[in-house]
Amino acid sequence: MTASQAVASHGSLKTYTVGLTLSMLLTLASFGAVMLDVLPRQMRLPVIVTLCIAQLLVQLIYFLHMGSAQSQGSNTGIFVCTAFLIAIVIAGSLWVMHNANLNMMPMQLSPAQARAKE
Amino acid sequence: MSALHIAEAHNAHAAHDGEAQTTMGFWIYLMSDCLIFAVLFATFGVLAAATANGPPGRGLFELDFVLGETMLLLLSSFTFGLAMLALKVGDLRRGTGWLVATFALGAAFVGMEVFEFSELAHRGAVPQASAYLSAYFTLVGTHGLHVSFGLLWLAVMVHQIHHFGLTPVTRRRLACLSLFWHFLDLVWICVFTFVYLREFA
Repeated sequence: MTASQAVASHGSLKTYTVGLTLSMLLTLASFGAVMLDVLPRQMRLPVIVTLCIAQLLVQLIYFLHMGSAQSQGSNTGIFVCTAFLIAIVIAGSLWVMHNANLNMMPMQLSPAQARAKE
Repeated sequence: MSALHIAEAHNAHAAHDGEAQTTMGFWIYLMSDCLIFAVLFATFGVLAAATANGPPGRGLFELDFVLGETMLLLLSSFTFGLAMLALKVGDLRRGTGWLVATFALGAAFVGMEVFEFSELAHRGAVPQASAYLSAYFTLVGTHGLHVSFGLLWLAVMVHQIHHFGLTPVTRRRLACLSLFWHFLDLVWICVFTFVYLREFA
C-alpha cells in the first residue's frame, strides 16, 4: 500500500462514525466545562487544553488516518517535525514576550492619549 | 507477458508513484499552512491581554453560537468521509450527494462566521479597536478564508466529477481536498479552545 492510499482511503464507515461521535463528545465536554458551573475556576483551562489535545488526536487518527504503520511513516514523521516547530514558535513567543512585558517600563497610555502625543 | 503488457504495467506503476508523491507534497503544503496558523496563534497568545481599553472577548462572544459553528464543521468532515467512501466504490450519485451536503454545511459555517463578524463590528469591536481584536480577526478570518477556498474547490470537484467521472486525476484531487478539509477541522478545534473557551475559563 502506498502512502497516498494509506492517507486518502484508509477509512471505513465505522472509523468515520467513531471519529464523529468521539469528536462531538469531546466538543460538548469542552463547552460544558466552561459553560456549566461544575468545575472550579482554576481547573477549567487545564481541562479544556487536555480535551483539545485529545480531540486533535482523535481527528488525526480517525479522519486523517495517521498511524505508525510503515506506509504512513513519512507523513507521520513530517507531522511530528511540524508539531515540534509549532511548539518552539508558540512557547518561544509567549515566553519571550512575557519577559519583555515584565522588564519594560510600565506605560499607562490609552490609545487616545497615545494619539494625542503624536 | 508481452512487451505491451510490461509497458502498461510500468505506466500504471508510474501513475501510482506520481499520486503518492502528489499526496505527500500536498501534505507538506498542509504542514506549512500549519506553521502559518501557529504563528497567528502565537501572535494572538501574545496580544490576548492587549485590549487597549477596548471590549474584551468575554463580553463579545456567544458560546452557544460557537458551539453551533463547531458542530457544523465536525459534521461536514463526517459527510466528506462518507463521500470519499461512496466514491471509492464508484457510487457517483451518492458520492456527489455527500459532497453537496459537505458544501452546504461548510457554507452554513462561513455564513455564521460572517454574521458573527458583522455583529461584532456593529458593537464597535472592529480590528482597529485593539491589538487583541486585530489578532482575533486575523486568526479567525484566515481560517474562514481557508474554509471559503475549500468550498470553491469542492464546487469545482463536484463539477469535474460530473464532467469527467472518476479518473485517476479527479481521484487524486479529491484525496488532496479531503486532507485539506479535515485539516481545517484541526485548526478550528484549536480556535474554539484557545480563542473562545479560554476567554471564559
